[in-house]
Amino acid sequence: MKEIKLMKGNEVIAEAAIRCGADGYFGYPITPQSEVMETLMERKPWETTGMVVVQAESEIASINMVYGGAACGKRVLTSSSSPGISLMSEGISYIAGAELPCVIVNVSRGGPGLGTIQPSQSDYFQATKGGAHGDFKLIVLAPNSVQEMHDFVFEAFDLAFKYRNPVMILSDGVIGQMMEKVVLAPQRPRRTPEEIRKECGDWALIGKGADRSRHVITSLELDPYRQEKFNEKLIEKYKKVEANEVRYETIMTDDADYLIVAFGSSARICMRTVEMARTEGYKVGLLRPITLYPFPYKQIAEIAAHTKGILTAELNAGQMVEDVRLAVNGAVPVAHFGRTGGAVFSPDEAYEALKSKIIK
Amino acid sequence: MKEELIIAGFGGQGVLSTGKILAYSGVMQDYEVSWLPSYGPEMRGGTANVTVVISDKPVSSPIVHEFDTAIILNQQSMDKFESQVKPGGILIYDTNGITHHPTRTDIKIYTIDATAEAARRGNARIFNTLILGGYLKVKPVVTLENVFAGLKKSLPERAWKTLPENEAAIRAGMELIREKN
Repeated sequence: MKEIKLMKGNEVIAEAAIRCGADGYFGYPITPQSEVMETLMERKPWETTGMVVVQAESEIASINMVYGGAACGKRVLTSSSSPGISLMSEGISYIAGAELPCVIVNVSRGGPGLGTIQPSQSDYFQATKGGAHGDFKLIVLAPNSVQEMHDFVFEAFDLAFKYRNPVMILSDGVIGQMMEKVVLAPQRPRRTPEEIRKECGDWALIGKGADRSRHVITSLELDPYRQEKFNEKLIEKYKKVEANEVRYETIMTDDADYLIVAFGSSARICMRTVEMARTEGYKVGLLRPITLYPFPYKQIAEIAAHTKGILTAELNAGQMVEDVRLAVNGAVPVAHFGRTGGAVFSPDEAYEALKSKIIK
Repeated sequence: MKEELIIAGFGGQGVLSTGKILAYSGVMQDYEVSWLPSYGPEMRGGTANVTVVISDKPVSSPIVHEFDTAIILNQQSMDKFESQVKPGGILIYDTNGITHHPTRTDIKIYTIDATAEAARRGNARIFNTLILGGYLKVKPVVTLENVFAGLKKSLPERAWKTLPENEAAIRAGMELIREKN
């Protein structure tokens, strides 16, 4: 029987982490995502699956514990909100540089600086354009419902291990704090040491027998030409990610004269905007990028070709709009509408913006 | 069927938990629901509110700019949300502490003296279930059976001993609500 629950997005992150057989969670509290660790502490998975849950002394410690766990081939994750993710960014770059799998959840809030604790999507640039120093990419999934918060934990771990790359779930205070119905997956056992050896044996630190040389996990290279070779390998990996992992959803785009592009909570709000516009006779569609990296450039370009204009609606001052403009390459007008600082636009505000900036 | 509702008042009045009972009641009736709280510094002694959407179709936006129903439990919330009720919609409020009463004529306005009734019964904790009963009387979006099931679901097991008094309060609230002239 399906197990249907009414849960907050943050609680579901914790529940999904346990159920997907994660080995460890390391975090530090910050609004609006503190329920992730609170739920884990309530559930006490160390008594059931053996999953470790640690409240570290800081975000910097958390991400480095994740680094250590990932180096051993374990399924490990952390979660935080915007300023906490900034603190983690050095560690994230090291993990990407060491080619290790892990999951990082950002339930983002208004910024810059310590900012507000209300929902925002102003970490789009940070998440998709590297997120820290050095040439690397995070695979970024943007859930728009509590169910997707659950599903994407599983998906994020699959992608992280498939590509040996950190994966970020970029959510925000709306999805994190909201309660919706969710169908929970059955409990998966944690992998046995043998299973970890099978999956990660050619790179992870799992104890070396006499039969092979040691594995070295590092992001340090003293020879620039060897570093360049490594970077070329990363570039090839990202090309594969871009070819295989683009995910998006379209709503009423087939006959659309106008297109809204929005992700996460904004996409939920704009689903209503589409309903409002259709009621008044405007053929409006919605494209929701589900992976923010890799970004659905091609798919947006194809739909743009039969539209008269595009509005990106984001809880920021204009970030994803740059990728949409790259996709469209001047073929049709692209405008941005947003609210910032933790203010959230309503469906009618997005509709007004669509009418004033695009439909005219 | 779609009901977009806001419950707004002081933190501690049971605003969020009333919304949670309703959301769970919707789940019990196989509806789609969303429950979105205001959160943050405004909850510490200030105002708190929750938006609940109950629908027989998937909920598109959990963010709503005008409401089918507003349940208002303090003056600040009245000042903020009276104007956000849809024309033809419903506003329910407890007169206790309200100095500027609603003036709109294009909506239906109900009062419920739940603060006074809870005091009369010597149990301030049933305030929010009295309010919930009043709401269900004028807007029976879910059956009473499913509300009782939702109430049980929304409470931790240690609080199940309060179920009888809360169920009684829901029934009492249904008798307590009055249409405002």
